[in-house]
Amino acid sequence: MTLAVRRSSSPSLWVGLGLVGLVVVTALASFLWTPHDPTLVDAAQRLRGPGTDYVFGTDKFGRDLFSQVMVGARTTLFVGVVAVGVAALIGTPLGVFAAMAPKWLGEFVMRVNDLVLAFPALLLAIVFGAVFGADTLTAMIAIGIASVPSFARIARSGALGVMSTEYVLAARSAGRSRTAIAVRHVLPNIAGLVIVQSSVSFAIAVLSEAALSFLGFGTRPPTPSWGRMLQESQELLAVEPRLALVPGVAIAIAVLGFNLLGDGLRDRYDPRLEVRR
Amino acid sequence: MNVIEVRDLHRVYRRPRTSLTVPGTRVEALRGVSFDLPRQARFGVVGESGSGKSTLIRLLAALDKPTSGTISFQGKDITGLPERRLKFLRRELQVVFQDPMGSLDPRMRVRDIICEPLVAQGHSDPAGRLKELLDAVGLPQQSADRFPHQFSGGQRQRISIARALAPNPSVLVADEPVSALDVSVRAQILNLLADLVERFSLTLVFVSHDLSVVRHVCDTVAVMRSGEIVEMGAAEEIYESPQHSYTRELIAAVPTLRTAMRRFA
Repeated sequence: MTLAVRRSSSPSLWVGLGLVGLVVVTALASFLWTPHDPTLVDAAQRLRGPGTDYVFGTDKFGRDLFSQVMVGARTTLFVGVVAVGVAALIGTPLGVFAAMAPKWLGEFVMRVNDLVLAFPALLLAIVFGAVFGADTLTAMIAIGIASVPSFARIARSGALGVMSTEYVLAARSAGRSRTAIAVRHVLPNIAGLVIVQSSVSFAIAVLSEAALSFLGFGTRPPTPSWGRMLQESQELLAVEPRLALVPGVAIAIAVLGFNLLGDGLRDRYDPRLEVRR
Repeated sequence: MNVIEVRDLHRVYRRPRTSLTVPGTRVEALRGVSFDLPRQARFGVVGESGSGKSTLIRLLAALDKPTSGTISFQGKDITGLPERRLKFLRRELQVVFQDPMGSLDPRMRVRDIICEPLVAQGHSDPAGRLKELLDAVGLPQQSADRFPHQFSGGQRQRISIARALAPNPSVLVADEPVSALDVSVRAQILNLLADLVERFSLTLVFVSHDLSVVRHVCDTVAVMRSGEIVEMGAAEEIYESPQHSYTRELIAAVPTLRTAMRRFA
């Protein structure tokens, strides 16, 4: 092996990191400083255009759009982390279990999984909101639970592939227990799939939060949320497209950033994809 | 005493059904296989793909259960034993698999791959053993920190052999260990295997579709066809004077200089 092997620095990883970093920094900065109080209603400043005092202008209640976007970034990150966390932490082990368990048990788990998959995510979130009280956390746990089946399916199909490899046979004949095989061989080898699924689910979670906020089951006013900003802009879309554009672009940046990050991470994390130079 | 005694081994697979009314077809992978392996035997199993060789290996390594028949290992019946009572087998019998890429986890470093049986079996000094093993199979010490894909096919098979030797087994089962390799490195790996078998007084079960390879490594050969052993005996004898027509076909299929010359003449 005289060839020097270097990890490739894929552009998607760095662009993704940059965009996600922007969202994270904005969210963190909002704890220390915002140009105005994002919830301050000021009738005198209604629908001001962008300027030096109000960078993105104000909405129909005279609230500063830029401050709302900053604080809204917190909500977005919170939403993504909770929903994807719930889905990945339940779905991945479930899928691996279904792949490694006796056939009848695995089939049973997957059929129950299909049942959950068939249940609309938003409806589940609304039911949760009605039962446990509507707020961002309940809504996102519901969205997370609704995303469990997609993680379970991805994890199961990946795990079935891994279980049929010779290195799992070798591990079995080495005397490894089932749990050790799941942790040492199956999970690392399906991590790429789970990471990509996470980035997709993150995007879905952010959009679901927007939809739920509109219906009154998501983030409750006055807590700023990009989704709610977008919905509130609807009635003035023709007059003030700026009100939709600002949160829309913010959502796009976050979703795109996480997708690119997921892609880049998968490429980087897979040692087989290393580029030899 | 025989290390392995196989008696009337059957293994029937059932293909998944493709129709609601018709049951899946039965595939008889093994049909009454019996043989004895004395200590330090070098036993070759030859046959074309689908002859039941791989099934036999899985059963020997207790990675699968036979439909009927028994396998005893060092006088102990291992058929149908639960995993927790197979610990002695996991130490005493190790397998070298065919595909040197597929049998090594792409996400594990060579160190962890080779030490896997040691860690699984609670060895006291895996690091020290790793050094010995790398030496034994002729790999440089710094290989330990690399990933499998950074090695050539022959080197990967060396890693696989090192892992198999790790728990200091008495029986080594090799499933077509050279058929995925370039012809140029086959001889190296075969010689390495032969040396290690000699050095550590191993009992070898060597499975291949290539009779000429088996002949070089093994003293006894069993020829398998459709799940049955059709001929068994000393390697040279079978190669020189095959009794069964199928064995003759297998030998005729091995390319030699003479047959090659005739073809191009």
